[in-house]
Amino acid sequence: MERVPVLKIGDILLVSIQIDLQDQSVLNLQEDLADRIVATGARGVIIDITAVEIVDSFIGRMFATIASISRLLDAETIVVGMRPAVAITLVELGLSLGGVRTALDLEKGLRLLGVDGLAAGPRDRR
Amino acid sequence: METKQDAAAQGAIAELLRRRRDDVLGRWVAIIAATVQGRITERELRAETAELFELAVRVAEEGPRGAAADELRGALGDLSRSRARQGFSPTEIAVSVFALKQALYENMEGGDTDEQAAYRQFIEFSAVMDDLGLHTFETYAAAREQVIADQAESLLELSTPVVKLWEGIVAVPLIGTLDSARTQVVMETLLQTLVDTGSEYAVIDITGVAAVDTEVAQHLLKTVVAARLMGAECVISGIRPQIAHTIVTLGIEFGDIVTKATLADALGYALEHRGVVLGEKRER
Repeated sequence: MERVPVLKIGDILLVSIQIDLQDQSVLNLQEDLADRIVATGARGVIIDITAVEIVDSFIGRMFATIASISRLLDAETIVVGMRPAVAITLVELGLSLGGVRTALDLEKGLRLLGVDGLAAGPRDRR
Repeated sequence: METKQDAAAQGAIAELLRRRRDDVLGRWVAIIAATVQGRITERELRAETAELFELAVRVAEEGPRGAAADELRGALGDLSRSRARQGFSPTEIAVSVFALKQALYENMEGGDTDEQAAYRQFIEFSAVMDDLGLHTFETYAAAREQVIADQAESLLELSTPVVKLWEGIVAVPLIGTLDSARTQVVMETLLQTLVDTGSEYAVIDITGVAAVDTEVAQHLLKTVVAARLMGAECVISGIRPQIAHTIVTLGIEFGDIVTKATLADALGYALEHRGVVLGEKRER
């Protein structure tokens, strides 16, 4: 069973989904993520779904579930890089992902969490 | 002389139609029923056809220039319109008329003289010609429809531009009527542009939209929610006074979606949220 890696950057956890999600790997991810938030004391979780082309209602609910879990553990969840087709599918499925914040790409997602340091480097040189 | 003969012949047909009303009408309904195949109920069809039959008898009496003929034309016009809306083909509609000839012919009385045999052949030939005539008409209608479909498609492509107003702000000016197909195209184009340009604000301007009903509102809401899922915010602008009135009367809830009266207001809102401050240039 493929597992989705959870990366730690400062006090933020980054989950980049690069594989076709099976229901089991979604469940594993939820458990891994909860463990890592507790272990690292992260204050933000970014889920990057740029590579996800197909979603179903199960995966749609996953975002809401992860957001709820994170909120319980005092971390904010941001879903970034959703493709238009995926967004349309979720709307048609009637899932509006209440409680999940979204951003167009990873950079904007990081800025939402107040991490300006990463983008500040090149801007200072200007 | 000739007109007198015609009048006599007309009288004979009318007389025959009256005498054998039930047989001819029954057969007529049966032929139409075979072509419509259950899309109209038998009872409805019978009532409709009986009405036409009475008019047809009067036309047979009065001739094609009488008041009955006008009435029959009107009734057939209504029938054709309603059938067309139900999705019947031109042939299926026209058969409703031609079927009376067939029904009447089958109920004609007569012997086996040479004249009648020749006449029967003529009727059969005439039926074949009717079919061919219908075929040309059907082809014509199909060609016209194809032209309309092509135009609608090219219109669809033409009428959904997404324009960039500012760095990070795009706008879609919607013009005309919004239906499901168009909204789908608008939605996809807008969302794709958001990704391509990395814009966080989208203004949907509905100044040019003729009318807003619950369906259109539903489409707009879906687009806004989809954009939100991707991490962009949508502002709906260009709501004219009448449209605002309609929306409130219909009880449509836009919830927490930002709406502005004009495109300028929407742009101002987006600029403000992006932290852009504009000032007048001082000349002095």
